[in-house]
Amino acid sequence: MSAATITAPAPAPAREPRIGLRGNLRHISALVRRNALQIKQDPESMFDVVMMPIIFTLMFVYVFGGAIAGKGNQGAYVNYLVPGLMAMTSMNIAMAVGTGINEDFRKGVMDRFRTMPIARSSVLVAKIVTEVGRMIVASAIQLGMGFALGLTLKTSVLHLLAAVALSMVFGAALMWIFILLGLTMKTAQAVQGVAMIVLMPLQFASSIFAPTSTMPGWLKAFADYNPLANLADAARALVNGGAVAHSVWLVLAWSVGITAVMAPLAVAKFRKKT
Amino acid sequence: MTQKDIAVQVRGLVKHFGETRALDGVDLDVREGTVLGVLGPNGAGKTTLVRVLSTLIRPDAGTARVAGYDVLSQPRALRRVIGLTGQYASVDEKLSGRENLYMIGRLLDLSRKNARHRADEMLERFSLTDAAGRPAGQYSGGMRRRLDLAASMIGRPAVLYLDEPTTGLDPRTRNEVWGEVQRMVAEGSTVLLTTQYMEEAEQLAHELTVVDRGRVIAGGRVDELKAKVGGRTLQIRPADPAELPRMAEAVARAGLDGIAGATPDEAEGVVNVPIVSDMQLTAVLGMLAERGFLIAGISTHLPSLDEVFLAVTGQKASSAPAPHDRTDALQEAAA
Ligand SMILES: Nc1ncnc2c1ncn2[C@@H]1O[C@H](COP(=O)(O)OP(=O)(O)OP(=O)(O)O)[C@@H](O)[C@H]1O
Ligand SMILES: [Mg+2]
Repeated sequence: MSAATITAPAPAPAREPRIGLRGNLRHISALVRRNALQIKQDPESMFDVVMMPIIFTLMFVYVFGGAIAGKGNQGAYVNYLVPGLMAMTSMNIAMAVGTGINEDFRKGVMDRFRTMPIARSSVLVAKIVTEVGRMIVASAIQLGMGFALGLTLKTSVLHLLAAVALSMVFGAALMWIFILLGLTMKTAQAVQGVAMIVLMPLQFASSIFAPTSTMPGWLKAFADYNPLANLADAARALVNGGAVAHSVWLVLAWSVGITAVMAPLAVAKFRKKT
Repeated sequence: MTQKDIAVQVRGLVKHFGETRALDGVDLDVREGTVLGVLGPNGAGKTTLVRVLSTLIRPDAGTARVAGYDVLSQPRALRRVIGLTGQYASVDEKLSGRENLYMIGRLLDLSRKNARHRADEMLERFSLTDAAGRPAGQYSGGMRRRLDLAASMIGRPAVLYLDEPTTGLDPRTRNEVWGEVQRMVAEGSTVLLTTQYMEEAEQLAHELTVVDRGRVIAGGRVDELKAKVGGRTLQIRPADPAELPRMAEAVARAGLDGIAGATPDEAEGVVNVPIVSDMQLTAVLGMLAERGFLIAGISTHLPSLDEVFLAVTGQKASSAPAPHDRTDALQEAAA
């Protein structure tokens, strides 16, 4: 037993192994299953997904609907409001990812994942897949509420599904921002605080609740470039008819742009985090 | 010995946390198919070492290779060959024991069927079958520990790190865990195990490394270290405490067979002599009587981690000898 005889460096093994697409999909699905089982174990975590669409729809239709659309005109307002509200609900669920990741990271199981031969991004992608699932549930409830309150579909079911899909795409893109926030900030509360400050102006300085035509010029300019407003416009046009191409393209461009910038940053942050 | 036989090779490893030097130039080797016990008190740097070796933290200086893969430049390849049971449980508390193990099997690329099969097998081995369906968050500390161990062994890793694996376990469960570790070694795994228990090191480890304040202060085969520590410690209390240094000197220089040294303990008023046999005990006392020392009391006790430290640091407090130097010194002392 003499450590001193070891002088030659070990032969450099071949390049770092890659995890193929099939492997990545297998890992992601195992992690999505984990997230789903967590929800099953803790059904209260679905509270926001179920209650937010119900409460928001009721509140805005009955509290503000009369004032915005005129008394007795709530029926027409439902058609204006619900598609945009769907966008807002997706957004709020996307925000929850940040706090979720932040809490997850404090748990010991993260250490285990980080010592395993899986792509670090698969933990994040699995989280996004799970949250998109939650968004779909929320959208279904939102639309159910809408139809119960008199929403009428003036286009086709395919258009409606396209509106839902567009919210998902944009919501998934936004999640990268909140994941980055969740990995950067120290506590889940801090994440929530910052996220609220970012989301509030996006939500209210938009066309979600009322047309932007009555806003002062500077606010209208902001609202016209607000991606959330673009999404609300696109969803509204897909449900009620009208020109869709412009706002749909804007939303897709925002989604691609946000993902292209934020996803690599988030994955890099996740890798570096110790 | 060739390069190929070394499963874990650590050279000059340094890791700082602000002012703290958690690792201060650690060298060690673990031969393939053996168990290395890393002994050390709280804050010695054991967990930091394990975390560097499992790619959880990056060292500030030095190199570490596991199965030939470098921790810094080849972390992905390295992760394929290791399993880790950290000091703190790393299972998902909301998932049941079975689901935890199934998930890990899938992440290790086992087929659905194999993952399920292997999960049940590990649950059985660690006596968790009855609790398999309950969320891990409802497990007792010892059960969680066992689940964690099962999780780290599920992929039959070539190199297994166990950071104080049996702390907080009851004696029966401790034996069970020891059995499973031995089984992994019999199947060809290499194990690096940190512990505070001499007994555990003795049960499992082929070789030991003693660390303190981020440095290796002793190393060698278990029997060598035991010879050094003396198997037991004989404590002799001179009637006159002023005699302490002279008595220690007399024992150390008497040239009695197998007596490596003696250390005076002023605070306790005793001389500590590591011994391995009753013959040595008799010889020491006989020698002292012959030379006219008046003895007020004697006692013997089994070595604890403290004694290992006393024995090791008492002699070489300021330097950190390389393992082979230590071995030579031990052999000389024993000769
Ligand atoms: N993340 C950290 N930040 C700051 N200091 C740290 C960190 N991790 C460890 N240390 C310090 O490094 C030293 C070594 O810690 P380490 O956890 O490796 O000891 P240990 O031998 O595992 O102790 P124990 O037996 O208590 O588990 C300690 O002084 C500890 O305070
Ligand atoms: Mg520790």
